Amino acid sequence: MGAEVVAVGVEWLGAFLSSTVQAGTVLLLAALGETYAERSGILNLGVEGMMIVGAAFSYLITLATGNDLLAILVAMGMATLLALIHAVISISFRLNQIVSGLAITLFGLGLSGYLTFPDVRVGILRAINPSLPMSMAYRQSTPKLPDISIPLLSQIPVIGPAFFRQNAIIYASYVLTVLLWWFLFKTRPGLNIRSVGENPAMADSLGINVYLIRYVATLLGGALAGLAGAFLFIGYQPFWVEGMTAGRGFVALALVIFAAWSPLRVMAGAYLFGGVEALQFRLQVLGYGTTAPQFLLMLPYVTTIIVLVALSYEMIRKKIGVPAALAIPYAREE
Amino acid sequence: MDTSPSKKLVEMRDIVKSFPGVLANDHVNFTLYRGEIHALLGENGAGKTTLMNILYGLYRPDEGKILVRGKPVKIGSPADALHLGIGMVHQHFKLIPPHTVVENVILGLKSPRFKLDVGRAAHEISDLASRYGWKINPFARIWQLSAGEKQMVEILKVLYHGADILILDEPTSVLTPQETRGLFESLKKMREEGKGIVFITHKLEEVFAVGNRVTVMRKGRVVATMSMEKATREELARLMVGRPVLFRLEKESVEPGRPVLQLEDVHALGEKGVPALRGITLIVREREVLGIAGVTGNGQLELAEVATGLRKVTHGRVVVDGVDVTNKGPRAFIEKGIAYIPAERQREGLVIGMNVAENLVLRYYRYEPFSRRAVINWRMVDENAEKLVRKFEIVTPNVRETTRHLSGGNQQKVVVARELGGRPGGKTPRLVVAMYPTRGLDVGATEYVRKTLLRYREMGSAIFLVSEDLEEIFQLSDRIAVIFEGQIMGVVRPSETSYEEVGLMMAGAKRLEEIPA
Ligand SMILES: Nc1ncnc2c1ncn2[C@@H]1O[C@H](COP(=O)(O)OP(=O)(O)OP(=O)(O)O)[C@@H](O)[C@H]1O
Ligand SMILES: [Mg+2]
Repeated sequence: MGAEVVAVGVEWLGAFLSSTVQAGTVLLLAALGETYAERSGILNLGVEGMMIVGAAFSYLITLATGNDLLAILVAMGMATLLALIHAVISISFRLNQIVSGLAITLFGLGLSGYLTFPDVRVGILRAINPSLPMSMAYRQSTPKLPDISIPLLSQIPVIGPAFFRQNAIIYASYVLTVLLWWFLFKTRPGLNIRSVGENPAMADSLGINVYLIRYVATLLGGALAGLAGAFLFIGYQPFWVEGMTAGRGFVALALVIFAAWSPLRVMAGAYLFGGVEALQFRLQVLGYGTTAPQFLLMLPYVTTIIVLVALSYEMIRKKIGVPAALAIPYAREE
Repeated sequence: MDTSPSKKLVEMRDIVKSFPGVLANDHVNFTLYRGEIHALLGENGAGKTTLMNILYGLYRPDEGKILVRGKPVKIGSPADALHLGIGMVHQHFKLIPPHTVVENVILGLKSPRFKLDVGRAAHEISDLASRYGWKINPFARIWQLSAGEKQMVEILKVLYHGADILILDEPTSVLTPQETRGLFESLKKMREEGKGIVFITHKLEEVFAVGNRVTVMRKGRVVATMSMEKATREELARLMVGRPVLFRLEKESVEPGRPVLQLEDVHALGEKGVPALRGITLIVREREVLGIAGVTGNGQLELAEVATGLRKVTHGRVVVDGVDVTNKGPRAFIEKGIAYIPAERQREGLVIGMNVAENLVLRYYRYEPFSRRAVINWRMVDENAEKLVRKFEIVTPNVRETTRHLSGGNQQKVVVARELGGRPGGKTPRLVVAMYPTRGLDVGATEYVRKTLLRYREMGSAIFLVSEDLEEIFQLSDRIAVIFEGQIMGVVRPSETSYEEVGLMMAGAKRLEEIPA
């Protein structure tokens, strides 16, 4: 009897952790990119829009071709294109980054809705793949990315399956996190990015190309937001719903602050928020909150607000945080 | 000193630079030799910083030629300058506060290209520091450092980039006397190594302490270059200001009146949340200057902020003109007529992106005649500015100039003018809390500010003066309170004490038993 309860508990925990990692990876990818953009001084409120565009394209491409890799690349490319618009507006034209970002989010949401609208969608799919059967074109879902078990590591009880029986994008996210952390703090280009976000005038005077760095960081942010969107669809919830990002882009933005602009802390935070999302699903499955599901659905956002408020005090006290030149356009004087 | 042509490190010929409305450099000639410390003197706004900014590649000259080690060069940016071995430490620090010392020092270097070897760089920086008798933790973050240490980092940065031509723009204005002496020893060592150093300062005794030659600028022109052996204090001052300067202040003896500011057993926390003031009891009366002497970082900043309502006290009382204003917030203090000259003009004293006229009403803009029912009367604001610019001889093309474009000393004058002369209706302040009020000011302006403080004292104001300059404290104060680790070590009269006694108290080595209020 006791053993059975334990077994059920372990299984529940395993499943919970596994979906925590999956939900967290969406946020992780988007927030990693935004960390780089903000470290260089560019605030990108377009993350949400770039994610949904990434999700929409991964849906269309997998449906039309069944090629996951192609879907991911196209999703990243399209989101990068949106990031390029943001970069031109905020770096070259020096206009307000908040307005530009929000506009891109609205545009992305609209565009993704339009492209996936059944009639439009069928046209697009047919154009990509003329031999696609009509019945396929009306599908809302595609096969999920396959899980790959890592030998040995996946045998570790509970955490093994949660972290090492997952799909390729999740494994890539582990590597990416460490790599981006290392690059930001241990390499010269990383130092240049951080300095540009703190004091662009000084970096410029020392021969560092402020514009180039800000462009690259912003585009990287866009590419990763696109990857996050692609993962959301093909790696996590492979069922197309309009607006399926559901504000995750904004949670990712909060996460960047929560993580004090460090990739490693972004990872920890992403799993924390991912855990809240997973918990909310589990509770729903267990039959909680059936009378007013809105309250459960609010959980991730409420957590975001609470954590941010608690943290802001700590950050002011320790003086860590906001890149000094964040959201301030740079123009060479004289 | 060897002044043969082969020893010329830098030669600037006929440099002209103008800004809208100002001719900042007017056919300036300047030469720097190997192994010399060349002092650059001049009034506020004379064009010293501009000239050096040109050499450092921050500004492009309108006319003129620059030769470095005999070769004509074009210096388009500081990166170019560093490449030529020219490094500059600015009047206002240019470091990235959340980054470490190492990160600040190596920023902009071209090698190693990709992976940073922070460990090795840290080692080299420590070595470099110890060569000049300094100690610094390469992994400390800039915001954790004192002004003196920041200065050190700036110099290390320049040296680490391999510069042998050093430009130091008023490096001593934020240093304690001890730190200044330390800096001078290091500079002499660098001179022996054959480096050339340009040293900008307003303190004549410093020119005599380390300079080999001196160039004096006035209104954009060079009025004289001479070797130190031929120079005298009076002569240099006269060249700078264009008239003889008195180095003595006439101080009338007046009888102090009622207490204006009373601090009773005040405790307060510092920036990092640790106790900074531990039981301070002081009184400042009408017609009296109370000087606060101490080594920076012993609670002066917190004390000044408590006296102006900017910092909460955790225990004790603050009374102004008999009214308890403990933790009432800064506006209550402003309405009592308290003026404040803060230590860091660019951070606390000014809104650097706003113009001179706006900065000159920042303290009183909400009161008549500057505004009526929340509407600002810009004509009055401009009139006020015109008046103060004239009175305090602020060098600016007009009152609508952005404060950022003023010279360092003139920025300081804007703060001082607002605090000392900006009260509506020409009223004098009840209490002036002045931290290093003459920091960055030339001899003429220093004299004027000190005289003004004394005149207000005679007219009934109470003056609360924080300074590291013992000479200034002794000259101006009626009583001197010495602060050490957040406590008052003693209150003495300048006529009844000595630099030595005050120095001992500043170091915490002596404490008076009886402390008269
Ligand atoms: N970027 C700028 N834009 C406009 N005017 C400027 C600029 N930089 C300097 N000036 C003007 O040039 C003149 C010379 O300024 P500079 O900073 O060289 O003086 P300084 O000799 O260094 O004075 P101080 O002792 O007060 O630092 C001043 O009148 C100043 O207002
Ligand atoms: Mg200057």
